[in-house]
Amino acid sequence: MNNLKKLLGIVWIILAIYTAYFSIFELAIPKISTGQQEDLVFGIIILCILTPIISLGLGLFGYYSLLGEYNNNKDVVQ
Amino acid sequence: MNENSTKSIWKVIGASSMGTLIEWYDFFIFGSLSIVISTKFFPADNPTAAFLSTLATFAAGFVVRPFGALFFGRLGDIIGRKYTFMVTLMLMGGATFLIGCIPSYESIGFWAPLIVLILRLLQGLALGGEYGGAATYVAEHAPLGQRGYWTSWIQTTATFGLFISLVVILLTKSFLSETQFDSWGWRVPFLLSLIMVYVSYLIRKKMKESPEFSKAKAEGKTSTNPLKESFGNRYNLKFVLLALFGAAMGQGVVWYTGQFYSMSFMKTVMHLQSDQADTILGIALLLGTPFFVVFGWLSDKVGRKWIMLGGMLLAVLTYRPIYEAMYQLSNVQQKTKLNETTAPSSQQNSTIITITKSQYADGTEMTNSKIQHQEGELKGKETVKTAVHLTGKNYILLIALIFIQIIYITMVYGPIAAFLVELFPVKIRYTSMSLPYHVGNGIFGGLLPAVSTYLTTNAEASNTPQFYLAGLGYPIIIAAVCFIIGSLYINNKSTPSNHE
Repeated sequence: MNNLKKLLGIVWIILAIYTAYFSIFELAIPKISTGQQEDLVFGIIILCILTPIISLGLGLFGYYSLLGEYNNNKDVVQ
Repeated sequence: MNENSTKSIWKVIGASSMGTLIEWYDFFIFGSLSIVISTKFFPADNPTAAFLSTLATFAAGFVVRPFGALFFGRLGDIIGRKYTFMVTLMLMGGATFLIGCIPSYESIGFWAPLIVLILRLLQGLALGGEYGGAATYVAEHAPLGQRGYWTSWIQTTATFGLFISLVVILLTKSFLSETQFDSWGWRVPFLLSLIMVYVSYLIRKKMKESPEFSKAKAEGKTSTNPLKESFGNRYNLKFVLLALFGAAMGQGVVWYTGQFYSMSFMKTVMHLQSDQADTILGIALLLGTPFFVVFGWLSDKVGRKWIMLGGMLLAVLTYRPIYEAMYQLSNVQQKTKLNETTAPSSQQNSTIITITKSQYADGTEMTNSKIQHQEGELKGKETVKTAVHLTGKNYILLIALIFIQIIYITMVYGPIAAFLVELFPVKIRYTSMSLPYHVGNGIFGGLLPAVSTYLTTNAEASNTPQFYLAGLGYPIIIAAVCFIIGSLYINNKSTPSNHE
């Protein structure tokens, strides 16, 4: 299980990178370029709030996982 | 547990739940009255006011809540739970009351939307601070092994808050004429908040600080810098990340799908009559709410993990068939038409309206209102409004389909307060649990309607046959990732906390 968690750490990092790409180029930029104010606010929130949380947060989670921080013998998690 | 301690914990639950319920009521009343608010404060023909309106919708609902969690969480871990959630209660009540007092855009111009935006931001901040405080306060009073049950009462407040906001609005409308409500009656639900908050304040004032926090304070074990200890310390930060990606993120999207996206789907995709959609959701919410307590109680017996993750997995596997079934209930192309009647066209202001009513073999009724515009930007154009009314077994079936989604919500949401509380030590608990909760709900959940609508619109534009299911991609993917992370990284140990 610990090896699987470490291995999945790479998956979470890749997913974080893919999510950043998808959020920026598929969601945020098309919204911002419509020129409508409602879309502009939505696009900026995707770009400045959602993307950093998912990408940095999930990337960091993956990094910790890769380092073995979530291994069973390390801590007991509820 | 003896009789005195049972009475005492019920007092704690009552005081905490009532305050939290009022905060949710205050928060939802703005959304429920958004149409009348927009006409009073945010006229669509004024671009600046319209921009502020969008900011008020997005910023207060989603972005500000995590900041409230950080600000008040820090206070709660330094000063104490009780005083902090008293402040959030007063802040929320005060802001809501003042929204009801602001003169309209016609009277004070640009100041009106600006003041509303500021007050709405204060509401978001207060909500961000309230929940963590109430959940922590109750959990720290609850006997070991019963935290899931007792905190689940707090979990019912968000749903009840929405329900009560709808009831208060309907009651106010029923006592006033349409003109009176539009003129001043819409302010009543906001003004009422002050009385409710005052009552809740009096009740909460008599409560004592949580025993666990008092003990930690007496022993000098409270944190001097909870933000640094929560997020600057790798040991704790990894639990914050796990709480977010292994539980709160999935819980947020399941909650928003069942309670808000389902409503939007009924009104905009199924074209159900607005009142009927509200009633159906209201019935499903009433029937489903007791299950928050059932699953909270069950989580004390079998552990929190698989109840929450079970709710997420069921959502992932069944959302598409559920929404397909919902769509087909109002899809008149699959039904046998019995008759169709068209009323003579009528002229209203600058439009000509032609109403056509159709009846179908299964009892479904559909009203099409064709509106021909004679003046303004839409001159020469035609718009059609469709309203479907379900009867008989279709009506019951739709309630059942929404009810199933409410059950998923109760599974993921019922035990989560206890789960989050037990994940963190007393000295940084308020701060550490509030942030993942509000990021999961406010950001991942709160953006769901906008992201899902965007996905649906794109699918419709590209002629995807089942475009109406495209919006589900967002909650399904988020809940699936959360399920995988939660099932692999979280252990199923119910109580007590590993930090105690």
